[in-house]
Amino acid sequence: MDSPAESQKLCQSKGYSFPFLSDPNADVIRQYGVLHAKGGEDGKDIARPAEFLVDATGTIRWVNLTDDIRVRARPEAVMQAIDRLDTPR
Amino acid sequence: MKRRWNIPIWVGFAIVLFALGSYIPLFALFPATRDVPWANYLLFLLGGALLAVGVRRSFSDPEHFRGKISGSILAGLSALLFGFFIVVVVYFGKQIPSGASALRPGQPAPAFTLQDSAGKRVALSDLLKGHRASVLVFYRGYW
Repeated sequence: MDSPAESQKLCQSKGYSFPFLSDPNADVIRQYGVLHAKGGEDGKDIARPAEFLVDATGTIRWVNLTDDIRVRARPEAVMQAIDRLDTPR
Repeated sequence: MKRRWNIPIWVGFAIVLFALGSYIPLFALFPATRDVPWANYLLFLLGGALLAVGVRRSFSDPEHFRGKISGSILAGLSALLFGFFIVVVVYFGKQIPSGASALRPGQPAPAFTLQDSAGKRVALSDLLKGHRASVLVFYRGYW
């Protein structure tokens, strides 16, 4: 929900190198089913926290949904999910 | 006879303040102390114990120790601060919709094009090109 300018400030202050994308109308948030209507600052729509692992074919392969905004996917869990992508189904 | 300052009351309260104020700037930085804020719980316990020691002796030995009023006020305030912390951690953090509507593994990831922090338009296909996989993080930068 942050504007590109706000995201850039965050990236620069933290030294992040991955892409930060802005979803100002929560369109993509809705497409992925993670909308938290009016849950953001000043009653704006926001996302519930979520992580999606998408493989090279564009298929979702792993989803992490937390029930607590403080608790997010740990990097080890994401790496494990990525490692499992190579195992034949 | 001169009554001494009841140190445990003041140190205990200082620890309670630290227990409350240290979560976001310090303990929340590490998943081990963020997911369940046990470090903060321990600090609250330590502060509370010191306050209890101090308040108890201010009442049982008022000739030697000050702190009946100040100790009672700070102890009551500490209980409120602890209650506030618990409610925020256990209740407010969970006030989000259920994940039932989220897309699931096996479903195609909907295509999108959004602006990055430099204002450039980036599509999902751009992110996937030449990579084994991509992780989309809906990070919700808010409470």
